[in-house]
Amino acid sequence: MISILPERLSQNPRLAWVVFAALGLLLAVLPFLVDAGMGRTWVRILDFAMLYVMLALGLNIVVGFAGLLDLGYVAFYAVGAYFYAILASPQFGIHLPFWALLPMGAGVACLFGILLGAPTLRLRGDYLAIVTLGFGEIIRIFLNNLNAPLNITNGPQGINMIDPVRIAGHSLTRPIEILGVKLSGAHGHYFLFLVLTLLVIFIALRLQHSRIGRAWAAIREDEVAAEAMGINTRNLKLLAFAMGATFGGLGGGLFAAFQGFVSPESFGLMESIMILCMVVLGGMGHIPGVILGAILVTVLPELLRYIGPLQQELIGRVAVDPADLRMLLFGLALVAMMLFRPQGLWPSRVRARELRPDNPDEVRQEQESLYDRER
Amino acid sequence: MTASAEDNRAEARRPLVEAQGITKRFGGLSALSDVSLSIQTGDIVGLIGPNGAGKTTFFNCITGLYQPTSGTVSLDGRSLTGLKPHAVAARGVARTFQNIRLFANMSVLENVMVGRHVRSRAGVLGAVLRGPRTRAEERSIRERALELLDFVGLTARADQLAHHLPYGDQRRLEIARALATGPRLLALDEPAAGMNLTETAALQVLLEAIRERGVTLLLIEHDVRLMMNLCDRVAVLDYGRKIADGAPAEVQRDPAVIEAYLGAGMGAHQDTTAKAETA
Ligand SMILES: Nc1ncnc2c1ncn2[C@@H]1O[C@H](COP(=O)(O)OP(=O)(O)OP(=O)(O)O)[C@@H](O)[C@H]1O
Ligand SMILES: [Mg+2]
Repeated sequence: MISILPERLSQNPRLAWVVFAALGLLLAVLPFLVDAGMGRTWVRILDFAMLYVMLALGLNIVVGFAGLLDLGYVAFYAVGAYFYAILASPQFGIHLPFWALLPMGAGVACLFGILLGAPTLRLRGDYLAIVTLGFGEIIRIFLNNLNAPLNITNGPQGINMIDPVRIAGHSLTRPIEILGVKLSGAHGHYFLFLVLTLLVIFIALRLQHSRIGRAWAAIREDEVAAEAMGINTRNLKLLAFAMGATFGGLGGGLFAAFQGFVSPESFGLMESIMILCMVVLGGMGHIPGVILGAILVTVLPELLRYIGPLQQELIGRVAVDPADLRMLLFGLALVAMMLFRPQGLWPSRVRARELRPDNPDEVRQEQESLYDRER
Repeated sequence: MTASAEDNRAEARRPLVEAQGITKRFGGLSALSDVSLSIQTGDIVGLIGPNGAGKTTFFNCITGLYQPTSGTVSLDGRSLTGLKPHAVAARGVARTFQNIRLFANMSVLENVMVGRHVRSRAGVLGAVLRGPRTRAEERSIRERALELLDFVGLTARADQLAHHLPYGDQRRLEIARALATGPRLLALDEPAAGMNLTETAALQVLLEAIRERGVTLLLIEHDVRLMMNLCDRVAVLDYGRKIADGAPAEVQRDPAVIEAYLGAGMGAHQDTTAKAETA
């Protein structure tokens, strides 16, 4: 239902402009509305939502476009975050500028992506998932232990007092008044993240609808046939990994600067799984779906904050810890999704049909004609 | 086409593909033993043999999907031995699969556009910036793909998902996708399997048209009549060995061939073909 919207828009440019203008306006005033209605905390939650949109779109390149299951995506996020933290904090007394470090961090994460991808991409499916999972853990363990003999990461304590984003000499954490509008730090980050998120969306869209995107889709559909049609599957899988890692590194740098503090705790397996859930819940391979997934998975759990006070008011004590409830509900939501809507909340039309074929014949035909093994 | 006309044509040409002494073992099983085959430019060459004779294995060996245990393959004098399948495709060998392998959840048009990958260049930067060069390239990819869909008669289905096509159309789409790679040799693994008589007749016309476009064809088929009508030459495999190689009429009379087919049960073959048709 909702998924026919993009098609309507492409058929009707006037309508498209109206929708985009309205969306732009909404995004511009959103932090002010949220600030007034729900408080500063919620503006920060919006900031995080956009950070996760970027991460999820990065992972979507690997999982959704190229069909490679990566369970260690958070490693690249960590690399980006620590790269920024180490080179812009009192840890070594180095304070390189944000705008130089951000692309460099993304580049370093990209290198890590290639480093991990090169030896592992000949593995398929489950095996690749296990190896990437291991890689994610290794990075986290390294971060935990690289405080001796030479203290690089400051171990489990993490790195503190990381330099904030500076734009034209102004630190983004400080409030500022532009054209009579007061912007808090959360607001400033909102607009910075918004611009970068739009950039990431743009890149992801362009990639998807290109020769490269088609080759990724071909690899996802049938690797042997893709190879036989002249696609260098190894290089293209490596490219998907590298692009995903780049976005991960970008997100990491932003996270470090925004938070002012990083520690290995932020980069556990749970985080990888969360990002993967955003991709899968939203609709793998479908950019609007992935954006929706990232926003929902970031925002909905925050609503549970109100459960504690609510219980206090209703029954006079906190019977269920909101944190426990969070995991419980998350698990239930996942199970429900897999049962009732495996294609994701907002799938591309193709995937919706793939997982809900209108006639059983299709399923049979697909299985018969496509899953032979020649290797 | 008369035999003497074929002979005249053959004289003027040199082999496009030269496979020499191909042996392929799987553990103890010799799927191919010392098979040599040369294919002249512009010919339609048939490869026949009972089930399990090693025909598909031979295809896999020349397209790089398998590395032969020993033996060499060359295209136009340049060795293909040891190349990855994508590199073989880039050199100009395209193929279809016995068990159709389309990109099921991509549209018919996209399937063919993927075939153009190897003849186009846009990288990440080109894709993101989408400058005039990339746009021109995309346009030409699309045009070429549409032209090929028209050629195989699938224009009306361009926007459908590949796996929604009827069986015969899926086979034609696989051919269009292979042609999109701009091959010099097109290797077709049982293109008529599962087709009815009308579809097979149309296929024959299509294959002849492909030859007219200057593409050399190597073709595995069980449909004897199609092979006799179409092929300039036929090679016969049996238990991994080449037991005959020559003009279709000669091969049909060859005692070793008759023995191989009768031994394996000619009737059984027809059964499998018939079964495939109803599937
Ligand atoms: N990957 C493999 N591993 C082990 N054995 C294989 C493999 N591929 C093929 N074979 C064996 O090699 C032999 C030849 O198989 P091939 O598929 O080439 O036969 P074919 O002539 O194409 O038969 P058909 O007419 O049934 O398609 C068979 O015995 C088969 O089981
Ligand atoms: Mg076969």
